[in-house]
Amino acid sequence: MTGYTADEMMAVEASRRLAEGMVCFVGIGLPSLAANLARRTHAPGCVLVYESGTIGSKPVELPLSIGDGELAETADAVVSVPEMFAYWLQGGRIDVGFLGAAQIDRHGNLNSTVIGPYEQPLVRLPGGGGAPEIALGVRDVFVMLKHRRRAFVSGLDFKTSVGDNVRVVVTDVGVLEPVDGELTLVAVHEGADSDTARAATGWELRVSEDLRETEPPTDAELRALRALRTKGAAA
Amino acid sequence: MAVVSLSDAIRELVRNGDVVALEGFTHLIPHAAGHELIRQGRRDLTLIRMTPDVVYDQLIGMGCARKLVFSWGGNPGVGPLHRLRDAVEHGWPSRLELEEHSHAGMAAAWAAGAAGLPFGVLRGYTDTDLAARTRVARIACPFSGEDLAAVPAHRPDVGIVHAQRADRQGNVQLWGIVGVQKEAVLASARSIVTVEEIVDELEPRPNAIVLPSWVVDAVCLAPRGAHPSYAHGYYDRDNGFYVAWEAISRSRDRFLAWMRRHVVETADVGEYHASLRQTVLA
Repeated sequence: MTGYTADEMMAVEASRRLAEGMVCFVGIGLPSLAANLARRTHAPGCVLVYESGTIGSKPVELPLSIGDGELAETADAVVSVPEMFAYWLQGGRIDVGFLGAAQIDRHGNLNSTVIGPYEQPLVRLPGGGGAPEIALGVRDVFVMLKHRRRAFVSGLDFKTSVGDNVRVVVTDVGVLEPVDGELTLVAVHEGADSDTARAATGWELRVSEDLRETEPPTDAELRALRALRTKGAAA
Repeated sequence: MAVVSLSDAIRELVRNGDVVALEGFTHLIPHAAGHELIRQGRRDLTLIRMTPDVVYDQLIGMGCARKLVFSWGGNPGVGPLHRLRDAVEHGWPSRLELEEHSHAGMAAAWAAGAAGLPFGVLRGYTDTDLAARTRVARIACPFSGEDLAAVPAHRPDVGIVHAQRADRQGNVQLWGIVGVQKEAVLASARSIVTVEEIVDELEPRPNAIVLPSWVVDAVCLAPRGAHPSYAHGYYDRDNGFYVAWEAISRSRDRFLAWMRRHVVETADVGEYHASLRQTVLA
């Protein structure tokens, strides 16, 4: 199998970080793709939790929304939204939470609220949703974000969630992890190098001395991934 | 409680200036009731909902809302809500005040409202810019001293939800993703439930919620009244509609023309669906 997209590389790299038995709070789009891929490949016992209240969902096709019927039909349990946030997330029962955003800073703080001033925004974004408490309540936050200068900024327009628990940022250029409290480039994907990442980062990006290259997607990973992407336009 | 027509229920129970919540977490979104609010020209509403999506985009774009209390406003899996953005960014058709929370904060506010408590409590909002922009306060746990967030309870004038079915006495049954449907009804001073069907007897179902008739003010028959959202066991989510809404809602003119044809100039949910079928066939 030759050729794969940047989205596929991101989904595969994120999925490899999920292990058997991990409980993951999954948002729609790339995180849902990554988590479902892990379940179809190396981690069939990975537990997918969607904020609509479904615990242990096993969708055959990728959902368009976090509340598609298939997520409820294939779940181990369906709970109310207050229960989801109070008992399961705040209760400390979720290992990994995926987050995306419009902006990220060097400490992993995220903005999904506004571009420009809050009272008179240039772009009104959807808002935080589950992010503020996911960022606080899970053990490990995984961020998936396209590597662009306008997204990787030296100062956020708005801090929607805090970066304390961010363990990894998977981009279409490579992988960043916090080293001494600052996101540092630790790996690049095939065809990219540290200059690619620096050019797409709005702050002076630190680069690991042991910069690795990620493994391109295997044939098996791509087959599983493409079999999932039959429904909706989100992923 | 009484089984009444949706137009009568909205006429009698929702007033201009009310605080109104049409809840539904992706599933069971009360679109038919939202359309009736638009047809009857309700104004100056404060709209509450965790995940305002297409129906709130429609209410905002048609000028029904003065304020929005929410935690995530988008077209799920598709993109932004253009009418919401236009109202916030350009004040069209009028300025829209925002009170913005997180999902966990909204969920706590709903649970507190249902419980008749003045506020909900959670570990949340910590170190975010949201805290300064919304109604939230820090409190200390009286037992351990832990620093926690307090959010004021939601206590709407009217709570509106959609459900699968009711019996003739007006007992309501719903299942699948139940969101904050129960909390929205119990927290509200008055409540309206639209249903897919009215049956002689509610058969028990695993995991179903029953709202007894005496906590509901009006039950209204509205088949396919959640469209483009879905009713588990009745019909699927119309994902194609959510994708199409992106183009329909992008320009003010196309949005208004669409709303006139399919909502304002239709009498009820049956005519709404008939008008959609005509568009597809045309």
